[in-house]
Amino acid sequence: MASYSTNEFRNGLKIMQDGEPCVIVENEFVRPGKGQAFARAKLRYLLTGRVVERTFKSSDSVEGADVMDQDMEYLYTDGEFWHFMDPASFEQVAADARAVGDNAKWLIEQDSCMVTTWNGNPIAITPPNQVILEVVETDPGLKGDTSSGGNKPATLNTGAIVNVPLFVQIGEKIKVDTRTGDYVARAK
Amino acid sequence: MSELWRPSCSIQLLKYRAQVFKKIREFFSERQVLEVDTPALMSCTVTDPYMNALSVELFEKSYFLQTSPEYAMKRLLASGCGDIYQLSKNYRADERGNNHQPEFTMLEWYRTGWGVTKLMDEVFALVNQISGLEQRQDVTYQQCFEQFLNVNPHTLLLDEAKELAEGRLGKLPEDLVLDDYLSLLFATQIEPNLGKEAVVFVRDFPASQAALAKLNDDAITAARFECYCEGIELANGFDELTDSSLQRERFKKDNQMRKQMGKPLIELDELFLQSLNSGLPNCSGVALGVDRLIMIATGKKDIRQVVPFAF
Repeated sequence: MASYSTNEFRNGLKIMQDGEPCVIVENEFVRPGKGQAFARAKLRYLLTGRVVERTFKSSDSVEGADVMDQDMEYLYTDGEFWHFMDPASFEQVAADARAVGDNAKWLIEQDSCMVTTWNGNPIAITPPNQVILEVVETDPGLKGDTSSGGNKPATLNTGAIVNVPLFVQIGEKIKVDTRTGDYVARAK
Repeated sequence: MSELWRPSCSIQLLKYRAQVFKKIREFFSERQVLEVDTPALMSCTVTDPYMNALSVELFEKSYFLQTSPEYAMKRLLASGCGDIYQLSKNYRADERGNNHQPEFTMLEWYRTGWGVTKLMDEVFALVNQISGLEQRQDVTYQQCFEQFLNVNPHTLLLDEAKELAEGRLGKLPEDLVLDDYLSLLFATQIEPNLGKEAVVFVRDFPASQAALAKLNDDAITAARFECYCEGIELANGFDELTDSSLQRERFKKDNQMRKQMGKPLIELDELFLQSLNSGLPNCSGVALGVDRLIMIATGKKDIRQVVPFAF
């Protein structure tokens, strides 16, 4: 894998730190009036999600991380792994619970998802920003109540539980924002 | 259609830049300071181990884009030109960020027979005229460390500095020297707090960070100052070292450090050293980042918003 000098640091660059892949989320060049210059970078460790600030001597180099983001189709889960397919090559990869995490509840078979791989193995799954899911369980609520008077929990077909307005009924499809877990609107 | 051909600053800002250049020239013209324009491309460059100059092949020889017009201006001073200033483009490799560009506009000036106190007053007068900032504060390097970090930078030991810096900044690179820790602490823990709607002068830097400044009588501090506004370093000034053998010593030390760091050695600027030998008048000089002054005066947070075409 290539190595990068701190002069090549930019947001989104993937590098290795402490044996783990990280992405640079912020980078600032620090040059005191005289003397050594530094690069101060905010790194997100991709395996754990923790964000750490690190200081490098300017023009030092660090190893790049073989991390790729790829759009893939979600196929199915066997309970232990979630299987995805590259729609171009038909190659399949299996992501474990650590990679999928809480996002399992937004995965719909045949939907497209972003799969992040490190050395070819999935380490993170990013569902589409909005998904359409079906309400399978919720309190009946009041008939004809279309005002925004309150919320109730609803269980969706993937197992996700989302707060929805009182007028939403079992069997209806709703649009949900996967980044916040919030109800957006009823879907046609 | 791509819009990348457009300037990185607004047309309004370009007009403001032009006004700033005009005000600077008027400021020095009123004070009988001569404008000079020394070459951007010269055969020698700085020995500073942490500064990387850009080189250009010309007539089968390497020339350097100047990182500051200092040596050329001092050769003019030694030849008896009197007080001078220069507004010029300067070049430093690998410097890019919110406050840095590899090509930037610098205002550098020298006052013969002046010490740093008088020069700081003049820097304030200029910054005040352009930015409108009216408040001024004067502090020493030591006071800054005492106020923000509760330590005396002149007596701090390497291990203490390391512990303090890593406590604030997390794990740091190996092999840093005491001045690296002090600089990092200054740049990240002190600098951002300096000069909220004010112009702050920090003076009496440690002797180890003297660069081209004379030492003060206490021998632990140097007659060097920096000027800050809104957390940004705006200017760096010295009571200039005039002793050519001391200067040669500092250059050699720089090259020794370069050797240790595995960096190319820099050929000493013998013409500059000869000019010191023939007699540089006692003088103080200061370099001020004009792009940064414009950032401060217009409230912009990114240097790319104040230059016509940014890197």
